[in-house]
Amino acid sequence: MKILIKNGRVIDPSQEIDANLDILIEDGCITQLDNDIDPLGMDEVIDANGLLVTPGLIDIHVHLRDPGYEYKEDIVTGTRSAAAGGFTSLACMPNTNPVNDNKALTAYMINKGRIEGSANVYPICTITKSQKGKSLVEMGDLKQAGCVGFSDDGLNVDCGEVVRRAMEYASGFDMPIIAHAEDDAIKAGGVMNEGRVSTELGLTGNTWVAEAATISRDLLLAELTGARLHVCHISTRRAVELIREAKKKGVRVTCEVTPHHFTLTEEAVRGYDVNAKMGPPLRTDDDVAAMKEGLADGTIDAIATDHAPHHIDDKNVEFNVAANGLVGMETALPLTLRLVEEKILTLNQAIHCLTAKPAQALNIPRGTLNIGSPADIAIIDPELKWTVDTTKMYSKAHNTPFQGCEMTGAAMLTLRDGKTTFERK
Amino acid sequence: MTFAHKHIIGTQQLSKEDIELILETAESFKEINQREIKKVPTLRGKTIINLFYENSTRTRTSFELAGKRMSADTINISASGSSVTKGETLEDTAKNIEAMDADVIVMRHSCSGAPDYLAQRLTTCSVINAGDGFHEHPSQALLDLMTIKEHKGSIAGLTVAIIGDIARSRVARSNLYALKTMGATVRLAGPPTMLPPGLKEMGAEVYTDINEAIKDADVIIMLRIQMEREGGNTLMPTLREYAQFFALNTENVKLAKPDAIVMHPGPLNRGVEISSYVADGEQNVILEQVENGVAVRMALLYLLAGGTEEE
Repeated sequence: MKILIKNGRVIDPSQEIDANLDILIEDGCITQLDNDIDPLGMDEVIDANGLLVTPGLIDIHVHLRDPGYEYKEDIVTGTRSAAAGGFTSLACMPNTNPVNDNKALTAYMINKGRIEGSANVYPICTITKSQKGKSLVEMGDLKQAGCVGFSDDGLNVDCGEVVRRAMEYASGFDMPIIAHAEDDAIKAGGVMNEGRVSTELGLTGNTWVAEAATISRDLLLAELTGARLHVCHISTRRAVELIREAKKKGVRVTCEVTPHHFTLTEEAVRGYDVNAKMGPPLRTDDDVAAMKEGLADGTIDAIATDHAPHHIDDKNVEFNVAANGLVGMETALPLTLRLVEEKILTLNQAIHCLTAKPAQALNIPRGTLNIGSPADIAIIDPELKWTVDTTKMYSKAHNTPFQGCEMTGAAMLTLRDGKTTFERK
Repeated sequence: MTFAHKHIIGTQQLSKEDIELILETAESFKEINQREIKKVPTLRGKTIINLFYENSTRTRTSFELAGKRMSADTINISASGSSVTKGETLEDTAKNIEAMDADVIVMRHSCSGAPDYLAQRLTTCSVINAGDGFHEHPSQALLDLMTIKEHKGSIAGLTVAIIGDIARSRVARSNLYALKTMGATVRLAGPPTMLPPGLKEMGAEVYTDINEAIKDADVIIMLRIQMEREGGNTLMPTLREYAQFFALNTENVKLAKPDAIVMHPGPLNRGVEISSYVADGEQNVILEQVENGVAVRMALLYLLAGGTEEE
């Protein structure tokens, strides 16, 4: 099977390529990257004239809800949503039911992604057994099974000793500890950012200190242990500052920001919009500015969606008790391209934050168009204008604060191992 | 003048003209409550449901009397817990009530935003917020304004001190918005643990020493302190210490203007946030607030449900 992608603008930050090139795919792998490859003898020729050709996008923070919460999402629908957003590889969080703290579930997720799904699934396992914050999971065994990192996800590990030992132990297998940094005690039941808006709405606030305090602790422990630390979905200016400083000191830390945290502020909660309820919460204008500064100077490595599908029944309740999160994979690319439009990032930097950089953070062997690599490719129309319509989403869930918003840019064709996983009609 | 709102969610949404209309309407209804036969046919044939997810005696009784004195059919529903614990969503409960052709739902709920939630989902029925979480309690603020106006003639230019747990007080928020709209200066005071961020940006003066807040005030509103809290109390060390530093007593009340009035939304914690000598003293207008509460609620029900062919 020989496929040729012709006339596209190829952007591959992993090789510092930004040029009009043709890509030859043979048996699912990239075998040639050159000017004007002869289409003679091809099984298929894809004309990418006027389009961007990039490595398949990589989202290192998603919730696929499978097994256990299939009424919200499953691996088939979640990866279909991914493919529609240009993503070809996902790292999925372990807060399934049962939680992913073992080899069998890890294998289930990987296999379901490969056989039935439309994207590669790289499971993140819990740090502690049953996500209880007490005993470590079998990290070596899980690495062999295909796990790419450890996180107790929505539950912060409160016990500093457990985090320290987890980092020490994981570092022996060169595996990252992934922190959902939110000090539960300081958070004190907060349901939105603490500030004027929370006061006006009469909702309990979640102060920026809850995030910053945990990140401080984890950065110091990473410095002590020499372990790899990846900080999830940072949302506050202080988080960016702390990580910037730690990187200067040589701490092995990476971090991610979600499109909603660099796009929206706490103002979106007004009217008690449950789709604007998330953990960490949407913050202030100044925090959004800090996210952009962090992306521009490289403090923030990756853009990840924290795709958190919920059933309408989990959201259509009083704000205090509504579930946290939003679906993100189908809107991540155009929201990232807005940063290019605003001249915060170059197009190459933007693609880098969605491909090679997140791949490196979790050692995922994808995100490149290197010769010999699996042909995971996104073909993107950066100019396509469309409107978010939840009834047309590929995810099972519809919870997004971007409903009805105008977007520019979309994946037109997504290939995984040279096979089409999504084609925009 | 007509009333432009379908729902009464908070005083934040009310203009000066709205508030003036509500107060004028309430003043005209107040006389009905003083008659021997306290009933007029104004809302005959209208159905009003008091949907209370949180305990309340005063507010519920006040709304119920307001409806009955206007000849509306008034039904009370006491529900407990949120939709999660109750097993039926708030939307389902409210839509069932609407399907029985109720005209107004008066709701109290422990979750801030619950009345907004209803108002966004109901198609014909009006919603009156009778207190939601820490958000708003508009009828309380309006009855406070009516009481202040009766004593002071006008609200513009007055200095009003509101003292207590501002962070968890829907009464404080509703009063702040309404009083600011009417041109008063609002001082909010309490220990810093009870003062949330953003109050200055919302137009209030903020004090941690209640003597400063009381000084030269025209009106003092004391807020009820919640006596029991689950899982300990980090907002104040003891009720004794609270009373020592944050209660209104016969000494500090003298710092206010000599003709200042003392208010409290009730129920009173005598000896905690207010001394009995002040609560029962000459400056207190607490029972007038309660009396005006019925008139204000009659006005709200009339403005939302009245004005049909029977008028």
